Amino acid sequence: MTAVRPEPTFLGIPPFPEAAHTALADLHLRANLRKATHTIRERRAAVVGEMPDWEKLRRAGAAIKDDVLAHLPRYLEQLEASVTAAGGTVHWARDAAEANAIVVGIAREHGTDEVVKIKSMATQEIGLNNALAAAGIRAWETDLAELIVQLGHDLPSHILVPAVHKNRAEIRDIFAAGMGDAGRPAPDGLTDRPADLAEAARQHLREKFLRAKVAVSGGNFAVAETGTVCVVESEGNGRMCLTLPDVLITVLGIEKLLPTWQDMEVFLQLLPRSSTGERMNPYTSMWTGVTEGDGPRSFHLVLLDNGRTDVLADPVGRQALRCIRCSACLNVCPVYERTGGQAYGSVYPGPIGAVLTPQLRGINQHDVDPQTASLPYASTLCGACREACPVDIDIPAILTRQRAQLADLGRGPVHRGEQAAMKAAAGAFAEPWRLGLAQHAASFSRHFIGRKGKIGKVPRLLAGPLAGWTASRDAPAAPPESFRSWFKRTDGGLTEGDPATAGSPADGGLEEL
Amino acid sequence: MRIALFITCFNDTMFPDTGKSVVRVLRRLGHEVEFPYGQTCCGQMHFNTGHRREARPIARGFAETFAPYDAVVTPSGSCAAMVREGHPVLAEGARGKGADRFRAQVAEVAPRVYEFSEFLVDVLGVTDVGAYFPHSVTYHPTCHSARVLGVGDRPVRLLRAVRGLQLAPLPRAAECCGFGGTFALKNAETSTEIGRDKAAAVLESGAQVLCAGDNSCLMHIGGLLSRQHAGVKIMHLADILAATGPHPDLPAFPSGDLAYPVPDPVHPGPLPPDAAAAAAARHEFPFEKGAAR
Ligand code: SF4
Repeated sequence: MTAVRPEPTFLGIPPFPEAAHTALADLHLRANLRKATHTIRERRAAVVGEMPDWEKLRRAGAAIKDDVLAHLPRYLEQLEASVTAAGGTVHWARDAAEANAIVVGIAREHGTDEVVKIKSMATQEIGLNNALAAAGIRAWETDLAELIVQLGHDLPSHILVPAVHKNRAEIRDIFAAGMGDAGRPAPDGLTDRPADLAEAARQHLREKFLRAKVAVSGGNFAVAETGTVCVVESEGNGRMCLTLPDVLITVLGIEKLLPTWQDMEVFLQLLPRSSTGERMNPYTSMWTGVTEGDGPRSFHLVLLDNGRTDVLADPVGRQALRCIRCSACLNVCPVYERTGGQAYGSVYPGPIGAVLTPQLRGINQHDVDPQTASLPYASTLCGACREACPVDIDIPAILTRQRAQLADLGRGPVHRGEQAAMKAAAGAFAEPWRLGLAQHAASFSRHFIGRKGKIGKVPRLLAGPLAGWTASRDAPAAPPESFRSWFKRTDGGLTEGDPATAGSPADGGLEEL
Repeated sequence: MRIALFITCFNDTMFPDTGKSVVRVLRRLGHEVEFPYGQTCCGQMHFNTGHRREARPIARGFAETFAPYDAVVTPSGSCAAMVREGHPVLAEGARGKGADRFRAQVAEVAPRVYEFSEFLVDVLGVTDVGAYFPHSVTYHPTCHSARVLGVGDRPVRLLRAVRGLQLAPLPRAAECCGFGGTFALKNAETSTEIGRDKAAAVLESGAQVLCAGDNSCLMHIGGLLSRQHAGVKIMHLADILAATGPHPDLPAFPSGDLAYPVPDPVHPGPLPPDAAAAAAARHEFPFEKGAAR
């Protein structure tokens, strides 16, 4: 067995526009992403479309989560009591370091140097695998996509399918090259047929399931009333981890609570349809504490804050804590579809990442680094995310709020040029006569740059930020007369045979465009 | 009913013909539209970039300027969305002298602001505005008009009623064009890549003209199409609805023969019966907001 080595982290990923530049140049990645997002988008649309009460379900989902967030301390204590009563042990972790230390401590206590893992966002968020590695404990990912990322020494790029940026041929190569180092090697002559890849993974993972003493999981839901934790998955590998090892450790974000058992009825409809586009996911595992003669003999629940109470303090941003990590917002996002997830520099990519990561990194309280500060701008504000979100998170509203936190409250690296330009523009808009002056300037400029009324490529030095526009797009030159001048001159077209009343076809002013 | 036109700073400066088209269509339907000269901008660029401090006085000026009117019509889905969704947020955050007046005015004015297709269909109750445009047209539902305002099929109903017009479906229509205001500059490369896919969809549609309710998005898609020398025209919905003849640069499609008499645009004569009745019946605004929720 090889030495335990740390996994790559998102440290050092540049601000979004630069990271996107690299991603956009990777045509292979673009093709993989386009195929994957479009396929799952259509599947989701089909199974959501067949639900007559989908809007009501969404609203119920949002309302239940809002109730949880409004009464979080009460529900958390209730959960602690019910888990403890069912024979489990509850731990509280304020941050990543505390959570990691708890997990490492439990693993050590049981004298193991390896754990099997169920796909979990919370353990990725806290960098658990590297914390375990530092303690000499190997963490084996057992989710197929996580396994691909781990064996390829790669970073995840999607919440649900972390290896969405890889295609079959690439996966074959990763298995062939990486499995031997981690345990049972891939069979000779492995093909890229999905069935063969799945079989290779099955063989590789089986020995790990059977050997492991300790499993680490996340959780999709935890019911305060009963102490039941729920994991929803497609492959069944999670269930192997949940049932075979002696010890189960679950790391759970404190927002994952549901008040009552009955609330599951809402979320078990919302999640699979939004996530994989299935009516129901193949494996839903639920457990309550420990049960004699069945499953793990000891169960530890680590309740993780790691910035969540700070998010909760923000009246607009807190709705991000409703998130059930379905990834529907990623799949419909026009930006994510082109850049992929790694450009977001966080385990939470896409629209939810753009609103959650900055908040977890403290944008509601203090200054943030340039990479974090670039995330709220990584969106066209098209609103497709909100429309798809099963718990109706108004992602565009959080994005514009974060932009205000950066610009108005000075929590990001200050863009002096932009501040000045915005002030100047606001000055022009303060008084109509000033806008008139600015329009004269805009219109006058056409004499310098107009080529048949359009502006082609402008050198970056001359155009400043406009070069970003003209590098790929023509821009129309401003017409000689603004609308307000025309309206004044012709009394809204009444006093002279103006085109507006004379009946010649109007066009959009972009004759050559 | 006193109708005010909010032209938007962008159309005022860059696309004045679209404003003229709005005036022309409304006049054809028997409505005079006023142009309050105190207007400037809705503050969307500032708001969406996070400069709320600068956006607030702009929104305040908007509310003051348009308070006297029964209805405000604007040829921009995203500016209408900014007023209806963004101004209440700005008013909510206002402090100090005049904040209460600002909040009250926004509560009054914002719901009376209509995107052009909403105004025609919901307020005036018209879908046939007497236009003739013998070309094939594809319609891109801009994100803010579709998802924030929820204009739904109103623009398409208006286009269907245009004589001579062939409506070509736009593949993957609901996808964003990638413009996104300052996104187009801050993330220019991503914006371009998204836009290229939209431009490709426009070409797939086979239409001669790409139409939308926002000149900003059109400028972005049109700029890409123009750089590719694609030969597709871009036109605001209002410019098509104002048309009473073929576009001078385009061959009529398919033949240009008229099945209907086209109303004289200078002396429009009596309104079409449905429009006249609807206009008379409507002192109330029946428009129900269909936001994407
Ligand atoms: S924000 Fe909404 S759509 Fe996105 S992952 Fe979370 S629950 Fe799903």
